[in-house]
Amino acid sequence: MIEAPNKRSAQIDVFVGQPGGMLKALHALQSQSEANFLSPADIKLVASKFGVPVAKVWGTVTFYSLFATTPRGRHIIRVCENAPCHVVGASDILAALEQHLKIRAGGTTTDGLFTLEATSCLGVCGVAPAIMIDSTVYGNLTKEQLPALLAEYRQEAQA
Amino acid sequence: MKSLNELKSLRERLEKGQQLAEKPLRTIIIGMGTCGIAAGARGVLLAIMDELAAKNLSDTAVTQTSCIGMCEKEPLVEVVVEGKSTLYAYVNGEKARRIVLSHIINGEPVTEWSVERALGGRV
Amino acid sequence: MKYYRAHVLICSGSNCAIKGCQTIKDALVAVLNKHELQSEIKVVDTGCLGWCEQGPSMVIYPEGVMYSRLKNSDMDEIVTEHLLKGRFVHRLMTQSTDTLGLASPLNMTPFFQKQRRVVLKNCGLINPERLEDYIHAGGYTALATALDKYAPEEIIAMVLDAGLRGRGGAGFLTGKKWSYTKAALGEPKYLICNADEGEPGTFKDRLILEGDPHLIVEGMAIAAYAIGASKGIIYVRGEYDLSIKRMEQAVLQARENGILGEGVLGSGFNFDIEVCAGAGAYVCGEETALIESIEGNRGEPRFKPPYPAEKGLWGLPTCVNNVETLANIPAIIENSPTWYRSLGTENSPGTKVFTLTGNITNSGLIEVPMGITLREIIYDIGGGIPQGRRFKMAQTGGTSGGCLAEEHLDLPMDYDSLASHGSSLGSGALLIMDDSHCILDLTHCFLKFFVHESCGKCTPCREGTPALYKLIGKMTAGQGNQDDLELIHRLARTMQDSSLCALGQTAPVPVLSAFRHFWPEVEAHMTGNCLAHKCFSGRGSKHDH
Ligand SMILES: Cc1cc2nc3c(=O)[nH]c(=O)nc-3n(C[C@H](O)[C@H](O)[C@H](O)COP(=O)(O)O)c2cc1C
Ligand code: FES
Repeated sequence: MIEAPNKRSAQIDVFVGQPGGMLKALHALQSQSEANFLSPADIKLVASKFGVPVAKVWGTVTFYSLFATTPRGRHIIRVCENAPCHVVGASDILAALEQHLKIRAGGTTTDGLFTLEATSCLGVCGVAPAIMIDSTVYGNLTKEQLPALLAEYRQEAQA
Repeated sequence: MKSLNELKSLRERLEKGQQLAEKPLRTIIIGMGTCGIAAGARGVLLAIMDELAAKNLSDTAVTQTSCIGMCEKEPLVEVVVEGKSTLYAYVNGEKARRIVLSHIINGEPVTEWSVERALGGRV
Repeated sequence: MKYYRAHVLICSGSNCAIKGCQTIKDALVAVLNKHELQSEIKVVDTGCLGWCEQGPSMVIYPEGVMYSRLKNSDMDEIVTEHLLKGRFVHRLMTQSTDTLGLASPLNMTPFFQKQRRVVLKNCGLINPERLEDYIHAGGYTALATALDKYAPEEIIAMVLDAGLRGRGGAGFLTGKKWSYTKAALGEPKYLICNADEGEPGTFKDRLILEGDPHLIVEGMAIAAYAIGASKGIIYVRGEYDLSIKRMEQAVLQARENGILGEGVLGSGFNFDIEVCAGAGAYVCGEETALIESIEGNRGEPRFKPPYPAEKGLWGLPTCVNNVETLANIPAIIENSPTWYRSLGTENSPGTKVFTLTGNITNSGLIEVPMGITLREIIYDIGGGIPQGRRFKMAQTGGTSGGCLAEEHLDLPMDYDSLASHGSSLGSGALLIMDDSHCILDLTHCFLKFFVHESCGKCTPCREGTPALYKLIGKMTAGQGNQDDLELIHRLARTMQDSSLCALGQTAPVPVLSAFRHFWPEVEAHMTGNCLAHKCFSGRGSKHDH
């Protein structure tokens, strides 16, 4: 859903005068976006508001892994694939998720509900292997727990 | 706060408050750091509140703390009864209800779920 | 205000009085006075503690260790060992815990016995969302004392005397860094708390931020006072939702109570803190990249010099310190540098928080004196290797650290010992691996991380990390040859010598340490043999998506 540009623009006005406000503006825009991403229009908007070249905004957006430039699902599933999770079976978790959702890491399910991302350490290695769905962490996972976990999100989407 | 003295008197007041306050008979402390939540501490908290409400145990206080370092043993729940504490590891909703029944109501800690046992490995 | 670093509780209940508690108490007080500890350690008469059959007994807090069946002649040992050196007197410790009604039998479990909690003293014990809890536990005393009693220079001297080294990875002397920032010209000065914590296997900073946020506010305020900074920023990685929330709340509470803002605690010192969220890039943990990120740019490291101490955020003098570093400050001010030096080793004083991950029974987080051995950590505290497997290797310092083998189990864990074995203490991450893992398969996994996280600013790192990744991948596929080995060594040297920041400089460390300590296993791959049976069967490079 594309919102009226003036509404998007109003969301970031507060950050324009702030030192270092551009990242905050991008955070704000993405979190308000239905499809969890920053569209080319968003990037142009930020560039004009902050008076910098589009290329600079684009460079900044693509630098950080929390920003996306293509539409994503409603829920972002992030699977840690670093060594501490790896040695206790993270790759099995990722494989099971790929199989269950019928997508590869980086993809979005056809119903637009989930995007699966492989990421670096989430800082919850004490309960490895771990995944994050949006801002909630799930740890000590086994692949058997995954279907029930995803079912909860599906149910909630239907409700 | 304006000064060292004020901080000092606040601390003294807090200390007195702690001593004078009507201490709840029993306290249940739930580890609600990210690791605890990741392992399911929210569900545990809800189960405990639910069970306490169902059994009308209004003299039991429920509070939270953060991670104590034993992330792998989360969700951790500490039950303090008359100054004596038991820390439970790998708690889930079902275990939480059993702990309320056995430890809070009947005064019998469920020793097989205590962290001392769990420190030897997952049970 | 009087602050006691330890409390000794002696029961003066009627039962125990019969068993001679009063004479024990007198004996203890005499020994304390002899060592001039009476102002540091408080002896408290308590009512009956309920373990009369064991009496006379005492409990020493903060550790909560209980000693029983005491005689007057034991007091000397308890004072010199436990209270002076922090070592428990095991022969006097109460054996059975469950009959005693001690508040926290946890302290008696092996998991806690070898720990020494300075930074984590409140974690898991207080409610982090309540300022009152923190103050009740003695919080903000150090800040008040600092403002009241010491000049900024004296604080810097104390931190220097304590020998505190930065806990963010590089181990630079904190007092030195502070003195550079203090001496630099330019106003305002900034103090940044680095909570970007991205090193795989590290989660200590998150736990401190979540578990004791006011400790960071206090540590930052003291640091800022010392270096003359009026603005503080705490840069928390974007994924740490709860940490961000708790820090914001703590800052607000502190501001409302006159601990931050104009005239901190009624003094003439002004200081405020802003919480800033990261956006997901490991390299932003590097101090100059972090500064770029706060300025709203791509988080790419800057050339050094000039160092941030001279030209940092917005071109002004800036001091960047790790969360754990700042968390040590209040304890140093409260207890004295000498006390701090009594913990740890000569060149690495104090305690260190380690995060235990991988194939270890009690994975999680511990705080121990520096210099403890890997063996003690793994077997005494960590509960050993699960599922009846054997220890094979440990990676210290996170993914940019080296792998140590079984023969290194008795190495003391401190900055210098580890560095001399091609590894590092780094952020305190400890990844333990059992004998089901292959060193090359893991090295491949480590390198994938660097490929992903290299920021691309400098060529050696941008091009070197994928090249190394491919070469190691080739070896795990059984196709490596002698030329590849030479190329790996040349690449590694080039990256170490010429990368712009420590990311590229340390990326080859896991490769080199694998070659140094696990050579036979690496060599076996050249002849098509993976001793752990991980590689070649299509499993070896399975993290290649
Ligand atoms: C690639 C890279 C990542 C780093 N990540 C962190 C980090 O997550 N946290 C941190 O405190 N220091 C990190 N550092 C070290 C910082 O540059 C800096 O040395 C540190 O914050 C200084 O604080 P200290 O003196 O208290 O250790 C990183 C360095 C590099 C090169
Ligand atoms: S390594 Fe997976 S969360 Fe840290």
